[in-house]
Amino acid sequence: MRPFTYERVSDPATAAQAAGARAEPASYLAGGTTLVDLMKLDVMQPQRLIDINALHDTDQGRIALRPHGLRLGALVRMAEAADHADIQREYPLIAQSLQLAASPQLRNMASLGGNVLQRTRCTYFRDVSYAACNKRHPGSGCAALAGVNRMHAVLGTSEHCIATYPGDFAQALIALDAGVDLIGPDGPRTIAFAKLHRQPGDRPDQETTLRPGELIVSFAVPAGPWTRRSLYLKVRDRQSYEFALASAAVALDFEANAVREARIALGGVATAPWRAREAEAALRGRIVDDQATIEAAEAAFAGAQGYGHNDFKIELGKRTLRRALRQAAAMEI
Amino acid sequence: MTKDDIAAKDRQRSGTNRRRFLMASASTAAVPAFARGAPSETTPTSAGGAARAPVDIALTINGHERRLAVDSRTSLLDLLRERAGLTGTKKGCDHGQCGACTVLLDGRRVLSCLTLAVAAQGRAVTTIEGLAKNGELHPMQQAFIDHDAFQCGYCTPGQIMSAVACVNEGHAETEADIREYMSGNLCRCAAYPNIVAAVMQARPVMKTASRE
Repeated sequence: MRPFTYERVSDPATAAQAAGARAEPASYLAGGTTLVDLMKLDVMQPQRLIDINALHDTDQGRIALRPHGLRLGALVRMAEAADHADIQREYPLIAQSLQLAASPQLRNMASLGGNVLQRTRCTYFRDVSYAACNKRHPGSGCAALAGVNRMHAVLGTSEHCIATYPGDFAQALIALDAGVDLIGPDGPRTIAFAKLHRQPGDRPDQETTLRPGELIVSFAVPAGPWTRRSLYLKVRDRQSYEFALASAAVALDFEANAVREARIALGGVATAPWRAREAEAALRGRIVDDQATIEAAEAAFAGAQGYGHNDFKIELGKRTLRRALRQAAAMEI
Repeated sequence: MTKDDIAAKDRQRSGTNRRRFLMASASTAAVPAFARGAPSETTPTSAGGAARAPVDIALTINGHERRLAVDSRTSLLDLLRERAGLTGTKKGCDHGQCGACTVLLDGRRVLSCLTLAVAAQGRAVTTIEGLAKNGELHPMQQAFIDHDAFQCGYCTPGQIMSAVACVNEGHAETEADIREYMSGNLCRCAAYPNIVAAVMQARPVMKTASRE
């Protein structure tokens, strides 16, 4: 691992000032479950680490459930939110997306802010012996396009990158129209979670819209009539402790027997957190029967493109969404 | 425990320690002749400067306060094994994928391979060496023996630390729960059924003990 300087901060404003104070590449250290791993692999090479774990003892470590919504501090650990009884009842999609991710040890370590910024598991990105990776070295090419790409994305890809966004929690946030509070060297701002990540396009190295030194402070999830009837379905190679091959975040609101509003996001199949608005539109006003779920799934994957080994993800993704919709419709709330 | 105590313990062990012998052999083989004997701290590097300066930390390991100066890159796992001489905690993948390095940090199970030692400042670490009390095995250690819950034993310290936390979290009420909440600890020998049986045995014993 390359040497770095280490400093601790105890409030967000000081953290952002520290990050902006010097020119060397800096990273914030929270749980470290992505960062330390990728530093050992020499994929990430920060020269400064700013340890923000002390923020867990402040407002950034708190969970607040209010009538109008849920606020999650960025330093809340995945396990704390996953095990929170009120979140499990009022926002089952959020609790499940966290509960089904990683392992108990990792969930005790990883912060929610860090979780949404976790890097792809693309093996060509993680293995620096491959010269071609546009995420690591812009313009160097993409080894996955003609490589072993079974785990790679079928939505939001480009000729420059097909790496899958690996997270689960982000699918819950994008489906439920969450907002993100940020603080940076130039002050605070709030953006829609849907605006936080970028699709690879011709700059796969730019994964988010965060400005230099900007830190996630908290997430705000608005309460909606669909938040209680929501779930996360994750399909993977083994039953636990594995990344998604395909997953679906679903929230439904019914009027009589018909869907009034649907919120849908897809994991394991796309290059960034993926809202499936076409599928939502296909369900509106419909009874959730086979025909409706088929049409929604077809709409969600209309633009999908396989790259060989991962062709199966298109069909798997459709079936995962259909099952999630049926399960959500059948929920007793 | 003071630094001198640690040094004394190190000397005590150095005579017959298989691991130390292997380490010495390996480093002789791996280090080119011209570099042998050069202290690693002075190895020239382009980064240099403050990034190379040791960081002073204090933490509690199995109830004993320890003060050390560490390279900022040191993982908690390497600190435990290489500096504190506590080799019960195992290095499996060193990338957070196998669970062999599981320890308790302020009572919660974490992966020591992905925890920077500098970030453990002021915190309390419990390792497998800290479980037995007054010469008596922890109920989880005894249960692993009773159920033959291992073959090669390499993953076992991590399994036991994880299992203790699993019970304390309330995630060991059913066999299905145990399988799910022990999924972060891989066992290449596949002793899983016996591990589940061991956790089932230890759970009520731990609960009784905590009430006493």
